[in-house]
Amino acid sequence: MIASFKARYGSGIEALTHLGQNFIVVDQSLIPEILQILCHDEQFDYCVDVTAVHYPKREKQFDVIWVLYSFARNERIRVKTLIAENEAVATCSSIWPTANWLEREVFDMFGIKFDGHPDMKRILLPDGWKGHPLRKDYGILQQDNEWVQINLGIESGQ
Amino acid sequence: MTDQNTSLSPLDLEAPEKPFLDANELVINMGPQHPATHGVLRVILRLDGEKVLGLECVIGYLHRGVEKIAEARTYTMFNPYVDRMDYVAAVSNGLGYCETVEKLLGVEAPPRAQYIRVILTELNRVASHQLWLGTHALDIGAITPLFYTFRDREEILKIFEKYCGARLTTHAFRIGGLQYEAYDGFENDVRKFVSFVAPKIDEYEELLTTNRIWLERTKGVGVISAKDAIALGVTGPVLRASGVKWDLRKAQPYANYKNFDFDIPTGQNGDTYDRYLVRMAEFRQSLRIIQQAVDGIPEGPIMAKVPKVMKPPVGEVYHSIEAPKGELGYFIVSDGSTQPYRIRVRPPSFVNLQALDVMCRGAMVADVIAVIGTLDIVLGEVDR
Repeated sequence: MIASFKARYGSGIEALTHLGQNFIVVDQSLIPEILQILCHDEQFDYCVDVTAVHYPKREKQFDVIWVLYSFARNERIRVKTLIAENEAVATCSSIWPTANWLEREVFDMFGIKFDGHPDMKRILLPDGWKGHPLRKDYGILQQDNEWVQINLGIESGQ
Repeated sequence: MTDQNTSLSPLDLEAPEKPFLDANELVINMGPQHPATHGVLRVILRLDGEKVLGLECVIGYLHRGVEKIAEARTYTMFNPYVDRMDYVAAVSNGLGYCETVEKLLGVEAPPRAQYIRVILTELNRVASHQLWLGTHALDIGAITPLFYTFRDREEILKIFEKYCGARLTTHAFRIGGLQYEAYDGFENDVRKFVSFVAPKIDEYEELLTTNRIWLERTKGVGVISAKDAIALGVTGPVLRASGVKWDLRKAQPYANYKNFDFDIPTGQNGDTYDRYLVRMAEFRQSLRIIQQAVDGIPEGPIMAKVPKVMKPPVGEVYHSIEAPKGELGYFIVSDGSTQPYRIRVRPPSFVNLQALDVMCRGAMVADVIAVIGTLDIVLGEVDR
């Protein structure tokens, strides 16, 4: 599988293994195509998780990660791509409907937008909240005081 | 209520059903303070009379930022926090977390610890299913099972209390093994529990399995096909009730589950009744595992050699276990320091809840309650 990917996409794709777990690092522009192929041709029919990691010191600040599983092959694979601040990734909720909420959570926590998502809004935090808590520059005690004061009628949530 | 003989055709994921008659669409709000939502879940229902056209879940009321907290704690300090996610199955959460960190560190818990872990985790699965059965039946209107299951669940909590001092948020495991050796008479207590609870499960079944009202309320309600379930990422008993024979304990064995002999119960129709049957069968399978484990506990150390100050090598790992609710995954990124760079929890309840919309379309309002119950969600885990 990896060999055929390599043959087709060349340097846009890199296959790695860590602690016995396979993952591929894919160029951002290839993501929709690769995910499509993984789901339909390679039988990775179950999207376990979509998540992200923030590296503020890097030029491309975010890792977006898809964890996929194939029932037929009993195999897991992770797909990873690097994106910069304010860049959007293509949604995969049309491939796996389960990605709908998972992508919303990534947006909520990191502020990464998913292009073509049917309902791109916050999921765990309130709609009017400012800031994305899982970014590294968001302090552990930080909160949206203005929102708390207006909506809860208290000085501070702490 | 749907007739027993007509099962709903698989629901289309995209197109909402056309309303019949010219009735106006009615939007009503359910929750977040509602006894049948098992916590604080708000559901916005779109109705045509009594018929559900679609619904939207509003979640996040219990959001505590567990993943953010993790980044400011060491690996050991974060361990008790995971208990607070799915608080009715705290032991499973702990097992998943400890195993993931162990994977990062490259250590493995010694065999004796593995056996005790399996016993406690399976006891917790029984307790979680008992709580589910009691509350689910209560939602539907049968009050007796609640008293029966809570009476018997108490025995499990007593074992937990004797083992580690806590009943719910147990913090039973440590990275690398266990902190506490099994107390004197632990095996005996577990054996006694297994022989005590086996006939009790028949008792629950006697109350419900062929109960006419139970059948009317659960058969053909909240149907989800295997295809839809996979597409929606649903796992655990909900997926198995749709006929997919998949259990992480068999598919990708962790701990020492490969040493035990057990079956994966499945259903066919993917309705509320089949999910009930699957979980009832899982009770018995769990007891089988506990029995084998308690007979086979080896002697030996209970803690692997783990450095006092844990600094896992740089890298990332995803590991998941079969929690009572489905696939519970942890994705941990280490930057080589004492604190995790990022911990992502893949919660089964969160993902399963997403299927509520599909499962309720075309059903009655009262069925929404049944479906929320059958999904077995814990809002502490949905919101984290």
